[in-house]
Amino acid sequence: MTLTLNDKDQAMLRGDHGPAAKMAMSILVRMAEVAEAKELLDITNAHIDSTVYIGDAGLEFAERLAGLGAKVSVPTTLNVSGLDEYHWQEWAVPNDWARQAYRQMVAYQSMGTIPTWTCAPYQTEMKPSFGQQIAWGESNAIVFANSVLGARTERYPDMFDICCAITGRAPAIGLHLTENRAGNLLLQLQDIPDALQHSDDFYPVLGHLVGKISLDKIPVIAGMKVQPNEDQLKALGAASASSGGVALFHMVGVTPEAETLESAFQRNQPQETIPVTMDMLRESRRALTHTDGEKLDMVVLGSPHFSLAEFKQLAPLVAGKQKHANVKFLVTSSRAMTQLAKHAGFLDTLQAFGAQLTVDTCILTTPMLPAEMKYLMTNSAKFAYYAPGLLGKQITFGSLKDCVASAIEGRIIRDESLWGN
Amino acid sequence: MGKLIMQGKPFIPGSTHGFVLVSREPLSFWGGYDWKSGEIIDRRHPLSGLNAKGKILAVPFTRGSSTTTAVLLEAIRAGTAPNAIITTSTDFFFALASVVADELYATPLPLVAISESDFECLQTGQHIEIDSGGGITIT
Repeated sequence: MTLTLNDKDQAMLRGDHGPAAKMAMSILVRMAEVAEAKELLDITNAHIDSTVYIGDAGLEFAERLAGLGAKVSVPTTLNVSGLDEYHWQEWAVPNDWARQAYRQMVAYQSMGTIPTWTCAPYQTEMKPSFGQQIAWGESNAIVFANSVLGARTERYPDMFDICCAITGRAPAIGLHLTENRAGNLLLQLQDIPDALQHSDDFYPVLGHLVGKISLDKIPVIAGMKVQPNEDQLKALGAASASSGGVALFHMVGVTPEAETLESAFQRNQPQETIPVTMDMLRESRRALTHTDGEKLDMVVLGSPHFSLAEFKQLAPLVAGKQKHANVKFLVTSSRAMTQLAKHAGFLDTLQAFGAQLTVDTCILTTPMLPAEMKYLMTNSAKFAYYAPGLLGKQITFGSLKDCVASAIEGRIIRDESLWGN
Repeated sequence: MGKLIMQGKPFIPGSTHGFVLVSREPLSFWGGYDWKSGEIIDRRHPLSGLNAKGKILAVPFTRGSSTTTAVLLEAIRAGTAPNAIITTSTDFFFALASVVADELYATPLPLVAISESDFECLQTGQHIEIDSGGGITIT
């Protein structure tokens, strides 16, 4: 199978659109060949995950493109950076590291991008629409865009996203194409109580399990009794993209390509059906916690970034209360959401409780936590999945209410009533 | 005496050799691979604690994060990457790291996809040679 390029693709490849477009197109073409694409297609939106500073190779890549005068050709949002640009000094971020991370922020901003600095771009005004062809990086954003919005992106890695943004093109492969968006694995919920389905902590636990079972397949979740809200679907997707490689899930009666079971499978038969039982969910919840003690140094919320609705949910839980003096309580979010939360009056409530806020970044991508913080608690399965390897911390997973109760008591408390056993 | 045991698809061609580290579990390099040392640090992964620098890493595909590519690119630049990676299907994330390494440093990382049945024949500790046509020899 050979790749056919149109006139504009070939012009970019020759360098007619400048050296940055040439570099981006040459990477795009090589990767399209690896993926055995027949052609490239137009995209109208991009989200750049390459903004996260990992090390000097990623920085050299960004500065090479920026130095060549790279400009994006479609509306392009930026994922979290390595740094909370205006508050990093309040944490343990080393100066040298901050300087490099900042250079990477500058490089990507110079390309005409929108400095959203968030891993939840689908909760900004740049949210894509149903059927829109986009090129997104960041696993939780990819799975949300495909599954909940019905936009179309492949699971793109860092650095490929910016090549698509510069050229306005992506390989016509995978989830860009209707026929590849059919579910192929049926996950049937069995006797999962409504009360649990209404509870926030159900979704990350289910997502963690869905990722483990599905790996890179397209799961169809059936048997939901309640309509989850946007943030619950966000938590489910983020969890499934961490424990597996899920880039698209369908939820029958909930997500837009799954009005019915038949439409989720595009009228094909599932390759496999797996029942999802309470026992499996309990095991999934257990796997998200890596300590059985009560010790607690810090509660971390906002992975992915906290939305306005989540601030609204948290504020009454902490109103009039005080966190324990020995526990830190951190919420990570975007600049935009934080401003909205401030205008709504939620930030004053959080600050009175003793909560701290970090924007632009994620505690998984910036070295902000002091070494003495060892025992963390979170309501995010994604964070619980990555923190042991990335940060070397002990993690306990709990609901939002558990996290607040624990922060007040200064020790880990979890309400087991919905989980049984 | 070498014995040719399998023919793979070299989706980024190159020749190299080394001891193989194998797992049937997919791996995310972000949160799973310490590019400063080459150690596998995903504490839920069967290869956790082992060092893949200079080895041939065999995992079916990448899991999870889109940052896997960036971490592998750092490892290639730092000299802590595996000598090659063997997968069971063409892996876009590994391939991009190799293509960008070629673009920036002219040091592409060889990548070969083999069938699942051939993958089952690989065992940690075997010494293997990979040729630029995707042939894999256990020596």
